[in-house]
Amino acid sequence: MTGENFENREENKVDVIVVGGGPAGISCAITIARAGKNVVLIERGKFSGSKNVFGGAIYAQPTREIFPDFEKNAPLERKNVEHKYALLGEDDSTVVSYKNTKEDAVSYTVIRAKFDRWMAEEAKKEGVIIVEETVVRELIVENGFVVGVKTELEDYYCNIVVLADGVNSLLAKQIGLRGDINPEDVALSVKEVIKLDKEKINDRFHVTDDEGCVYTIFGGSMLGMLGLGFMYTNDNSVSIGLGITLNELVERKIKPYELLDKMKSHPTIAPLIKGGELLEYSAHLIPEGGYKKIPVLYGAGVMICGDAAMFVNNLHWEGTNLAMISGKLAGETAVIALGKQDYSEHSLARYQEVLEESFVMKDLRTYKDLMNVMHDRKDEFLGYYPKKINSFFKMFTSVNSVPKTELYWKFIKSIFKDRKFSVLIKDGISLMKLLWSILR
Amino acid sequence: MSSEKENLEEKLYTVKYNSDTESHLQPVQDCCRFCKSKACTIVCPAGVYEWNEDEHRLIVNFENCLECGACRIACEDKSLGWIYPKGNKGVTFKQG
Ligand SMILES: Cc1cc2nc3c(=O)[nH]c(=O)nc-3n(C[C@H](O)[C@H](O)[C@H](O)COP(=O)(O)OP(=O)(O)OC[C@H]3O[C@@H](n4cnc5c(N)ncnc54)[C@H](O)[C@@H]3O)c2cc1C
Ligand code: SF4
Ligand code: SF4
Repeated sequence: MTGENFENREENKVDVIVVGGGPAGISCAITIARAGKNVVLIERGKFSGSKNVFGGAIYAQPTREIFPDFEKNAPLERKNVEHKYALLGEDDSTVVSYKNTKEDAVSYTVIRAKFDRWMAEEAKKEGVIIVEETVVRELIVENGFVVGVKTELEDYYCNIVVLADGVNSLLAKQIGLRGDINPEDVALSVKEVIKLDKEKINDRFHVTDDEGCVYTIFGGSMLGMLGLGFMYTNDNSVSIGLGITLNELVERKIKPYELLDKMKSHPTIAPLIKGGELLEYSAHLIPEGGYKKIPVLYGAGVMICGDAAMFVNNLHWEGTNLAMISGKLAGETAVIALGKQDYSEHSLARYQEVLEESFVMKDLRTYKDLMNVMHDRKDEFLGYYPKKINSFFKMFTSVNSVPKTELYWKFIKSIFKDRKFSVLIKDGISLMKLLWSILR
Repeated sequence: MSSEKENLEEKLYTVKYNSDTESHLQPVQDCCRFCKSKACTIVCPAGVYEWNEDEHRLIVNFENCLECGACRIACEDKSLGWIYPKGNKGVTFKQG
């Protein structure tokens, strides 16, 4: 490098560059700015949120940790007061519901194109420099240290790069912190936002103006498959979608939007969205690999947070909270490293240490065996038993002049007819093993 | 046109794009010819890929891409060249 170039480079150099303006990147950048360090956040979209898709709901407590007053200022849709778990059969369904209107908010529905944009504006106010419409194509590595990023237009240099570039994280792959993603480690999600009058939403979902209802949907068009559906109420629209493991689509040769259309037409779902107008169709990947697929989280001059690190708790539709908190922890680690002027692997190892102590890693560890068991026994746990639960309620609610005990025995016998005793024992053991892995 | 295709087109009609003139998706046609699964044509939520049997070529309607990344991961032999569109190009979600 010539002397002049080097001077230019030193002049343009910032403390930290964060790649990706989602919840992870913004939380990280704002933490660094609040500590008085200079930080540039690079986002490839026209604005933060313009490339982002989720269910979804953000969680109040973790969001408050980054934005203490967000409930007063942020563009929120509805406060979720009811959670429904719908087990869909071919035509029938069993729905379990929990409702609590008195408790403080646990989660709010948001529109990402509005909410992420709001977060980015807040970050700007606190001193984060945001560069939009710019794709980071490559990391610059010198002497084993990540020292900057290459965009289409310019190279930027810094002491630390934080990768918050989402599930596809091509950058983590470039520097070998993670390998290729396998089709069984991600779910492809398709989603529709459907416009519906406020009053209709309130009536159909039994809520008042500011209250929302969340559906988690099992089975239906996804019976026997590793997939999960969702429905959320916004102010004047309903978000509906599903996520399905990518290899499932390839193996069964089914198109993702056909599964969604079928789910939308299920007799339990269709009346809820009837007459609505499609506002937007979208798609996004969800990391599904869980604890066992977490990449190497840091290296010399670099840390990874959010979806890029596979931090998603899929059973609970939690991702933004893990993104925010991991972003914050990476930000705090960067601030400490800047104080010591030590950007080595050893110095950034603190990030992993604090993550291990946080709910992020603890929760991911809790569910570390879930996906394996589900992959292995999906025919049972996502096909046979869900169907059986619906047929139990069909029997239980039937009125046909057959004595009840006879109906019960018939139902019990049907299980033994469908499945060998040894298979039932196997199912039971897998379930116990799974529960043990979660509770221990 | 099949109703399935029409149906997808209706969905994609709601998406705002600013298309580039060159494709950010570059399949290696020599690989595609020998690819059994044609996985990209199945998984893509935007119907970007179509196999043309007559020309023995994978057609790429890159303008419809939703930038999810599914095709890259599903590609049978990981040969698909896949990058994000340029900063001011591609999809802009208004809801997300
Ligand atoms: C269908 C679906 C439903 C979900 N539901 C919920 C839910 O209800 N609640 C919940 O908490 N979580 C949910 N999640 C998960 C949640 O959306 C993610 O975990 C969360 O968005 C991760 O945040 P992030 O900042 O790590 O990544 P992202 O939000 O993906 O942000 C990454 C950002 O980086 C930018 N970027 C990527 N590459 C580059 C590059 N090279 N250069 C510049 N910029 C780049 C992208 O444009 C993007 O803005 C859901 C996910 C999906 C797909
Ligand atoms: S899956 Fe890959 S190799 Fe096969 S047709 Fe698609 S792009 Fe080509
Ligand atoms: S990135 Fe997603 S939308 Fe784009 S071509 Fe690939 S699968 Fe289709």
